Amino acid sequence: MFDMSHFTPLSALLGGLLIGTGAALLILFNGRIAGISGIVGGLLRPMAGDVTWRVAFVLGLVMAPLLYRLIAPLPELQIDAGYPLLIGAGILVGVGTRYGSGCTSGHGVCGLSRLSPRSTVATVVFMGVGFITVFVIRHLLGVN
Amino acid sequence: MALFSAWMAGLIFGLGLLVSGMTNPAKVLGFLDVAGAWDPSLAFVMVGAIAVAAVSFQVSRTRTRSLLGLPINLPTARHIDRRLVVGSMLFGIGWGLAGICPGPALVLMGSGILKGVVFVMAMLAGMGLFERLERQRRPESPVPIPENKTR
Repeated sequence: MFDMSHFTPLSALLGGLLIGTGAALLILFNGRIAGISGIVGGLLRPMAGDVTWRVAFVLGLVMAPLLYRLIAPLPELQIDAGYPLLIGAGILVGVGTRYGSGCTSGHGVCGLSRLSPRSTVATVVFMGVGFITVFVIRHLLGVN
Repeated sequence: MALFSAWMAGLIFGLGLLVSGMTNPAKVLGFLDVAGAWDPSLAFVMVGAIAVAAVSFQVSRTRTRSLLGLPINLPTARHIDRRLVVGSMLFGIGWGLAGICPGPALVLMGSGILKGVVFVMAMLAGMGLFERLERQRRPESPVPIPENKTR
């Protein structure tokens, strides 16, 4: 039932603490919520004085693997999905997170931290649908 | 200074995604596969992230300006509507199909993985599609999304 061979609670917790620290820095210094889909989406609807901090944050995210590589080799990053599936999934993630006003970071981390009812509902929905989607693909359709 | 702190926040956030395993789509799908060989690790990511972030939001609630003197933008929307639920459903399907959400997508792109770049392009196309649909709905005045409303 449990997959103990891949169970990594300590690195997950440590990574979580870093993620929380990143979100804390952004709200405490910039007064902004660390919601990735909202930050990126805002760049597609640029407003004066509201662009540069978004670009800086996104650059930080994109540069993280470069810094990580200076310290250690990158961890395993295994993408099994083929290109058609990736493109379909990407479009769904893009439309869905903007329509639903947030993703794992904005609703999941920041929203739950603020005890936001909207974010709690959103997180329960996308996690629940994520569970169902994987169940359908792996156990009903029997793909991988 | 504000740009530096935003960059630093993104950098630390991204390092956290890498350390936690969130940037490994195979691991994310292992977490979402509760009926299979379930790997519950990623629940610990949430615990760690929320433990730190919750304190900072408590602090920010007592202030009107950030440490750099910038206005604090916390969402004020309260209503749970169809957009929130349907949007989150679409996101959940996409997340379950590939195991990639927006933050890890950008980190995967930064790792130089072609599939990461392709996913980000598709995600941006999806976000662009949303903007286009919004503009058609309200051609005169683009309505700000609830999450972006500020107090």
